[in-house]
Amino acid sequence: MTTVDRPSYKVIGTRPIRPDGVEKVTGKAQYGADIRLPGMIHGRVLRSPHAHARIVSIDTSEAEAMPGVLATITHQDFPVASDRTEDAGESMVVFRDLSENLLAYKKVLYQGHAVAAVAAVSPHVADEALKKIKVVYEPLPPVLDVRDAMRDDAPLLDETRVTKSMAGTASDRPSNIASHLAFKGGDVEAAFAEADQVLEREFTTQMVHQGYIEPHNATATWNADGTITIWTSTQGAFSVRSQVAGVLRQPVSKIRIIPMEIGGGFGGKTVIYLEPLAALLAKKTGRPVKMLMNRAQVFEASGPTSGTYIKIKMGVKDGRISAVKASLAYEAGAYPGSAVGAGAMCMLSPYDIPNFEIDGYDVVVNKPKTAAYRAPGAPAAAFAAEQMIDELAKKIGVDPLQFRLQNSSHEGTRMVNGAAFPVIGAQETVRAALESPHYRSPIEGPNRGRGVAGGFWFNAGLQSSVVAAVNADGTVNLIEGSTDIGGTRASLAMQLAETLGIPYDDVRPTVVDTDSISYNDVTGGSRTTFATGLAVHEAGKEIVAQMLTRASKLLNVPEEQLAYEDGVVAGTGDPSKRMTFAEIAAKSGNTGGPIMGKGSVSARGVGAAFAAHIVDVEVDPETGKVSILRYTAVQDVGTAVHPSYVEGQIQGGAAQGVGWALNEEYYYGEDGRLQNASFLDYRMPTALDLPNIDTILVEVPNPGHPYGVRGVGEVPIVPPLAAVANAVADATGHRFTSLPLSPRRIVEELHGGK
Amino acid sequence: MARTQVQARINGVDSDFLCEPRQSLLEVLRDELGLTGSKEGCNNGNCGACSVILDGRVVNSCCVLGVEAEGAQVTTIEGIGNADKLHPLQQTFLEEAALQCGICTPGFIVSSKVLLDREPHPDEQRVRFWLANNLCRCTGYDKIVRAVLKAADRMEEQKS
Repeated sequence: MTTVDRPSYKVIGTRPIRPDGVEKVTGKAQYGADIRLPGMIHGRVLRSPHAHARIVSIDTSEAEAMPGVLATITHQDFPVASDRTEDAGESMVVFRDLSENLLAYKKVLYQGHAVAAVAAVSPHVADEALKKIKVVYEPLPPVLDVRDAMRDDAPLLDETRVTKSMAGTASDRPSNIASHLAFKGGDVEAAFAEADQVLEREFTTQMVHQGYIEPHNATATWNADGTITIWTSTQGAFSVRSQVAGVLRQPVSKIRIIPMEIGGGFGGKTVIYLEPLAALLAKKTGRPVKMLMNRAQVFEASGPTSGTYIKIKMGVKDGRISAVKASLAYEAGAYPGSAVGAGAMCMLSPYDIPNFEIDGYDVVVNKPKTAAYRAPGAPAAAFAAEQMIDELAKKIGVDPLQFRLQNSSHEGTRMVNGAAFPVIGAQETVRAALESPHYRSPIEGPNRGRGVAGGFWFNAGLQSSVVAAVNADGTVNLIEGSTDIGGTRASLAMQLAETLGIPYDDVRPTVVDTDSISYNDVTGGSRTTFATGLAVHEAGKEIVAQMLTRASKLLNVPEEQLAYEDGVVAGTGDPSKRMTFAEIAAKSGNTGGPIMGKGSVSARGVGAAFAAHIVDVEVDPETGKVSILRYTAVQDVGTAVHPSYVEGQIQGGAAQGVGWALNEEYYYGEDGRLQNASFLDYRMPTALDLPNIDTILVEVPNPGHPYGVRGVGEVPIVPPLAAVANAVADATGHRFTSLPLSPRRIVEELHGGK
Repeated sequence: MARTQVQARINGVDSDFLCEPRQSLLEVLRDELGLTGSKEGCNNGNCGACSVILDGRVVNSCCVLGVEAEGAQVTTIEGIGNADKLHPLQQTFLEEAALQCGICTPGFIVSSKVLLDREPHPDEQRVRFWLANNLCRCTGYDKIVRAVLKAADRMEEQKS
């Protein structure tokens, strides 16, 4: 459904088959684990059974003596890491932390922390060899919860860590709080004093995992000329390259990353875990080394997103949200770098709120180092804020969507960091939700309820580059470096076809390795269709310019008397003077050589994303099971380049959010060992747990993109946590402030006992 | 470890292979026979990415030993259709954009094929129940369910 008029496009807005589709439905597409090289051997990682311990000694000699074992490595095999920090797209990478996370140095900081690795002739032999590595640990008390970790007497993960502030000051004593940030505007205390209603609550969420179906993988060769080649599935081949270069202290140019098809990432495949280990084992053995994580290791030792504790106070005056004071504490995991900053900045962004004070704390705990997960930081913040908004709307007797509409952000509204919004679709999105068939329908029946929630995500710009090569038959090869995680080959090829005025099928996109194109940031931050799309548009314009120059020579008409439209160059005065794209391409050898375009951007003009979700639930008061009866997700998508894949992003994000709301959590024992490191026990939503997820695409074009494109992938996971909680509150009359809303929690809280 | 000779009919071709008794059918398919269309997502029967058809039943090939395939008929995603002749499910998955990353797609297509072979007219709830053994994290299942129902309709049309 389109709610705003937009220019008519020929290719954009259609739903062609994706270029990589046939390979994927026939099982031919090659993912990271599918690679097989001559002489290849297999690497495995020994991981810590303790959540917190000092490493006294590691003895690999018995493992190395086993038949079939070719090499072992520990942290000692890494060069000394620098303190350098690098932007990995959606998170910052500190090379010393990264290096110690890859293979522990002196201390293990979570169960599953890598300690040593072994290479052997088969995965089974490697697994057996791990049992022969002798590690002596001195266990230390673990700290697992963000509030416990912030206490003065908490066990310290790093005795040298002090709390840094945004102003650059540091605390005078060591702490697990790595940083403290603060945003302030207006006068909250005065506004609370004048408010009609004031509400204060605390919310908690648990660590959850992205849950991509494909485990992490890497295969490496250390070549005779000193170069390194790595095959891996990643959201950013160039990011892997710089991380590997930083950890192994090699020049970037000597490392070649070949991105394989990627089986899901959601932010979790922007960080490296196995790549340098495979490279070091390859160097030691002279053989290609393949490494795969198993599912338990993915849960225990890759990068989930933070558990959080949020305290929030909100005031309303004359139907407007007048003041908010909030404190957000996010678990970073074993090393600093949670998404608390993004959480703090996204929390109130759907609304125009004059007075606010927001504090954020980045806190280390004895759990795996967190990584980006779809709109990192925002869902937990929305879980708190959007429930407060719901409750306050009820208190003043205003419809919850109407309340959101009258407080909605608009062009010129400033975020808490001071940045003003350009053209945004926040109000249009809420209005479309209000007018949706779902919201206009009644919700009836016992134990049933309806909830709504809004959501915001910045979206990212960052760097992209592409090359488009015109072939003599008029087809075009689009060479790109943005890995395709869910349909961007199609959305980029469509934009090039639109720019050139040629059929979609005439554009063949290929994702290439890091030696074959210049730098591209990660496929993350909902940036690829937008930012790489900008680069594609630039490349297309360059080709159009060349087409005019070449046609001018061929037609013997001055260039300024020619115009390019729909893949044809024609004389503006004499339309009979014309040549098609393919005709000009066929003669490129006679007019100056191959025709090509390139695009290189550090993208500006990012369009922010807003969403509003509506959900109906039924709560079984006896078993505590929450069933999702109906779900509608409304979102400003700018321009839907390929509407099916836009809908798919929204549906997928909503489904992940429902899982986060109802069931998913990292469940730790007191000893710091993860109790549910399998899909069965972690229990993501299945097809049977969800209804169809209806989508309403609002199109408020982004003025920062020639086709109005906004990122769409992340914001759909922001509202569901709160929307489901609001629906459960509507159904039960009880406000749940801790996730997940599992059967156990529902029964315990509703019936007050165990 | 000593390797055992196993004979099976795989994707319509009589095949024999050597495998260690501890190797799963999934390992054998991927590592010994080069059929990498079946994917490993969990290696314990939770995700369904390795679904294959074993003597007419859909199984998680990670939970079957290679040696258990002795004398069996095995169909993997590679045996269901190819670029020149896609199975209706493969075609409708493409048309309905029922895949994003695509890692779970072979398992869903294999599993759905067994459902449609047995029950040509499943309703939405039946499809959701049958596919509850297959995890997808990208799509929220909406477009997958639609693709399966559309394939059922198309197979009916093709019969008549």
